[in-house]
This record gives sequence, C-alpha cells and structure tokens, in this order.
Amino acid sequence: MSDITEARRALARRILEGEGEASRAQRRAAFDNSGLPEPLRTLIDKVTRSAHRVTDEDMAAVRRSGLREDEIFELVVCGAVGQASRRYDAARLALDAATGKDGHAARDSR
Amino acid sequence: MRLAILDSGHRLATKVLFALIRAFSGQPVLDVIKLVRYRADFYGGPMSKVTHEAMRGASAWSVGDRELMAALVAKTNECAWCTQAHTAVANGAYRDAARVSAVLADLETAPIEEPLRATLRWLCKSTREQAVHPEDVRAVLAAGASRQQIEDALAVRFALDVTGRLADAFGFVQPPPEAFEAGAKYLLARGYR
Repeated sequence: MSDITEARRALARRILEGEGEASRAQRRAAFDNSGLPEPLRTLIDKVTRSAHRVTDEDMAAVRRSGLREDEIFELVVCGAVGQASRRYDAARLALDAATGKDGHAARDSR
Repeated sequence: MRLAILDSGHRLATKVLFALIRAFSGQPVLDVIKLVRYRADFYGGPMSKVTHEAMRGASAWSVGDRELMAALVAKTNECAWCTQAHTAVANGAYRDAARVSAVLADLETAPIEEPLRATLRWLCKSTREQAVHPEDVRAVLAAGASRQQIEDALAVRFALDVTGRLADAFGFVQPPPEAFEAGAKYLLARGYR
C-alpha cells in the first residue's frame, strides 16, 4: 500500500533543516505560519488559508521588503508544506479516532 | 509566474531539457515542471517522491481513482490549474472522460462505486470545512472503503494540498488544453518522478 510517511519526513527535513537561502528560523516560521514580519506574514498567511487569493502585489511587497526571490521561493514552499502537513496530521488523528482510538473532531488551523 | 527565477532561473542542463520537451511535445513546458526542476534538491526532488508514492504507489485505488480525487480536491480548493491538469490525467487513466466529467459536475449522481463516492465526498467536505470529524470517517468506512484506502486518499490530498497552494501562490500560467494532455500522457507513462 502507498506510504508517504518517510518521503514526507524527508521533505520536511530538507526544507526546514537543510541548506537554504532563507535562515532556518525564517523557514520554520513560514512552515508554522507564526511570528513572521509584514509583508511576509500576509503572503504566507494567504498561502496557508486561501492560496488562490495571493496577488502579484503580495509577492511584489515581499520583494520590496528586501527578500530575494530564492528566499521567497523557499518560504512559500515552507508555508505550503506546513499547512498541508497540519491538515494531513489532523485527518490521521480523525482516522485513528474513527477506527478505535478515542478522539474529537480534529480542526485544521488554516 | 510571479517569481522570475521559476520561469528562467534554471541551470543550463535543465534549460536544454525544457527545449527538448518543447520540441518533442510541441507544447510549452508546464509551470509545475518548471517549479519541480528549480533547485530540485530543495523542493522538487523530495516532493516528487511524495507525489509519486501517493499517486502511483501500490493501492487498492486505481491510478484513475487517485487522479480523480486530485481533480476534485483541486476543484474544491478553487485551483483551476490543478483541476484541469488532473482531470486530463484522470481522463487518460480511465479512458472514460464521461465518468470524470460526471463526478466533477455532480458527485452524488455520477455513476461510480459507493466506496469511491463516499471517499470523494469526505475529501471535499473536509477540504471545504477545514475540519475532519471521526463520524465522517466512519461514514466512509461504512460505505465500504478500507482504512488503508482512506490513508491512501489522504496521501493524495496531501500532495494536492502542497502543489495546489504553490500553483496559486506562484501564479501558474494556464497553458492550452493540449499542453495538459501532453503532460497527462507523460504522467501516465512515467509517473511523477
């Protein structure tokens, strides 16, 4: 059966702990969508909550704030993987609850 | 795309590969390929392993079923690019475009198996509501899907969740339908690696 557990771990490890243009602290903050300064906060929050609302201006504002494109690339990737990971983990908890383990509705945080 | 590096910042060898793709397919290189080939050691390499396992790894779901899940999750997320891309792959995998368009038009009346319908319904609901309730999962199990099938469906949703967000955030450009069809043929032959 398909099992993405290890591949998912490797992805998170690479984007958060491996070499990058953005600092590890910035990448972690984008992954968690927490503690980011404006205008990066707005961009990553949109990536997390409703990516289809991201605009050219959101991206331009982050560029104007001094971040280089390679840093923006990494931080947006971290934001997307972080949110998808939280949703996946929440669904796995609900699955465990439904198949035996006790639990409540698992709410996504986006 | 919104970052110039994703359009034109690739290494020379990758640019040559893109030229070959254009020459052989007669179509523009899809933005998702440009994304996964840009600094592939950072994102594209590790993510492709996740996506390939989710979409092509061993599963009781067929490739068509999983591509259909991807298309419907993308539609629910309002990601037009991913919806079109995975619809094209699902059409090719099933060799039955009517089945795919029926599901995308109205899941409840589409002529599909009940375990698949219940799983798709649950994927859409949990995507829309941002919450997953154990009772919803129980309904999927009651419809005949196994726990493993639900896990496999969640793997598909994870892959789509990441890719769809990036498609929207980076502003993937909508190519002509023929480009999606060429991409679908490649994905059916080679997978996501």
